[in-house]
Amino acid sequence: MEQVIVNGVYLGSQYAMIALGLTLIFALMNVLNFAHGQMYVIGGFVTYTFYGQFGLPFVLALLMSCVTLAVLGALIEKFLFGPVIRRSAREESTMLLAAGIAFLLDALILLVFGEKQRGVPKIVDGVFNWDFRIIIPYDRVLICVLAILSIVAFISFMQFTRTGRALRAIAQDRVAAELMGVNVNRYSMIGFALGAMLAGLVGGLLVTITGVNLGMGGPTSIKAFMMVMIGGAGVISGAILGGFILGMLEAVGLAVLFQYGDITYLAIFVALMIFLAIRPQGLMGKPWG
Amino acid sequence: MSRADTHRLPLVFGFAVFLIAVFLLVPFLISVTGRWNFYFTLTSVALLSVASAGVWLTFYIGRINIGQGAFALIGAYVSAILVTKADVSFWVSLPAAGLFAGLVAVVIGLPILRLRGVYFAMITLVLTEVVRLAALALPITNGAKGIVSIPLPGELSLFGITIIPDFSTIENPKLAFYYTACVLMVVCFASMYRIVHSRLGQLCRSMQQNEELASSVGVNIAYLRVIVFAISSFFGGLGGAMFGAIAQSVYPSSFVVKDSIDFMLNCFLGGLGYVFGPMLGTLVLYFGWDLLFELGKYQLLVYSGTLILLILVLPNGLLSIRFDRIRGLWK
Repeated sequence: MEQVIVNGVYLGSQYAMIALGLTLIFALMNVLNFAHGQMYVIGGFVTYTFYGQFGLPFVLALLMSCVTLAVLGALIEKFLFGPVIRRSAREESTMLLAAGIAFLLDALILLVFGEKQRGVPKIVDGVFNWDFRIIIPYDRVLICVLAILSIVAFISFMQFTRTGRALRAIAQDRVAAELMGVNVNRYSMIGFALGAMLAGLVGGLLVTITGVNLGMGGPTSIKAFMMVMIGGAGVISGAILGGFILGMLEAVGLAVLFQYGDITYLAIFVALMIFLAIRPQGLMGKPWG
Repeated sequence: MSRADTHRLPLVFGFAVFLIAVFLLVPFLISVTGRWNFYFTLTSVALLSVASAGVWLTFYIGRINIGQGAFALIGAYVSAILVTKADVSFWVSLPAAGLFAGLVAVVIGLPILRLRGVYFAMITLVLTEVVRLAALALPITNGAKGIVSIPLPGELSLFGITIIPDFSTIENPKLAFYYTACVLMVVCFASMYRIVHSRLGQLCRSMQQNEELASSVGVNIAYLRVIVFAISSFFGGLGGAMFGAIAQSVYPSSFVVKDSIDFMLNCFLGGLGYVFGPMLGTLVLYFGWDLLFELGKYQLLVYSGTLILLILVLPNGLLSIRFDRIRGLWK
């Protein structure tokens, strides 16, 4: 049982970070970022290239992942989402764009990094073993701690800095924020870059454990959507909660349901549908947010 | 001639031209040029556009539906199971598949249609995964191995008169499938056109604009949205069942999230304001993808790049330019 909880916390910390980026982008621009999983994969590949190929320190490689994705996110917002949001008659048109960008990033990953599964050497060796009740490799502990630290850093950034305050204001009410003198266009770009950066950071962290390959993008996006639905779209506390709940459910499901075959996700999906029927806006979300 | 008739004249004319093109011109051109593989492409386009039409209809009530792959997969499985295990004629299993998909849509739709906007989009996306996983887990669907070697559609006869001959005795089943798919497409889009221009269509438009307002003036929105979702899924089931019959096999991966997104893209690209948008969108997207096959590994890059350019230049769909220009010339 202890093992299951530890696994759940470990998974949850990764998931929460993925969901945070997605929910941030959604809150700011009302865009469902289909390309989030692909951004995560790119982050993984960048860390792989710098840490695994060039032999740079892991922290530096992580930093490169963050910078790459932040620049990519900023460019995507400035040249693609921004203009389309301003000009299209129905806001759903951004979904077409998001799907197109997901395909585009897939194509770019295929051309630049290839289709092979890539992994990097372990950052720390050894396994933590507490009386055979909790067994967890040290690198997982490290990644989990790093993820939780990043989440804390992100929340403090949103809470205590000027930029964070501006982003929260836009998320609450775009027009009112603009009237109060917030440069909405600039902060949308910063927010999108930040969301993309979070995806890249998780990708970089996880490449040390699960490796990375081209096909991971889509399923990651779907998991991120689920977390956001559990917690409520556009709410930061909801994304963190959703991430940890999904991580827990997955850990428990794998431990309890394994004798019935691979039905953990089926069970989670069905539970999610029932949950959403009762509480459509998720745990923390505003109705029709 | 009354005013209503003159108004309808271009429509009837366009419809006739379309029918001639689809049923006479295309087979003629293919037999002249000898590009027989075009039949498969065009049949796929017709069937995918039927499923996309369903997605378009849910857009019409203001819901973003990324779950059509789920209903197409359900339809394909229902038809395949009926034909292979219960020995039912394919022509009976086709409507049965549609009806079953519609029934599932009613059951699932009652709770999830309360969701709106991005929430509905996400849950329908998840639904596609649910159905794929269920197909993997359930015993009747034969898991990952899928259902293979489904027989070709048999004879359909009514009172001893053969209406549709047995497909395995026809020398060119490809052509037969092409005609069947086109008939299906024409019937679906004609009924869509009828729905949109009926009282139901007007109620849908009122829902698209503002559900609370529509509800306050006495539109039964809860009932209406389930009906529309069921019709939409019916189309999805039909398209999926027919697809399974052509491929003669169904796997859990026959319709995945990518297909659901494609159905949605077809609608967007054709334009959400036009009934025939999904048809055009499917044609352009499917053919575009096929034509780019020559580019090898750059296929996806060019395809997605073009898609992004299109949405930048025409954020409201392909048909949005056409109509403005033609109206301009007409006057």
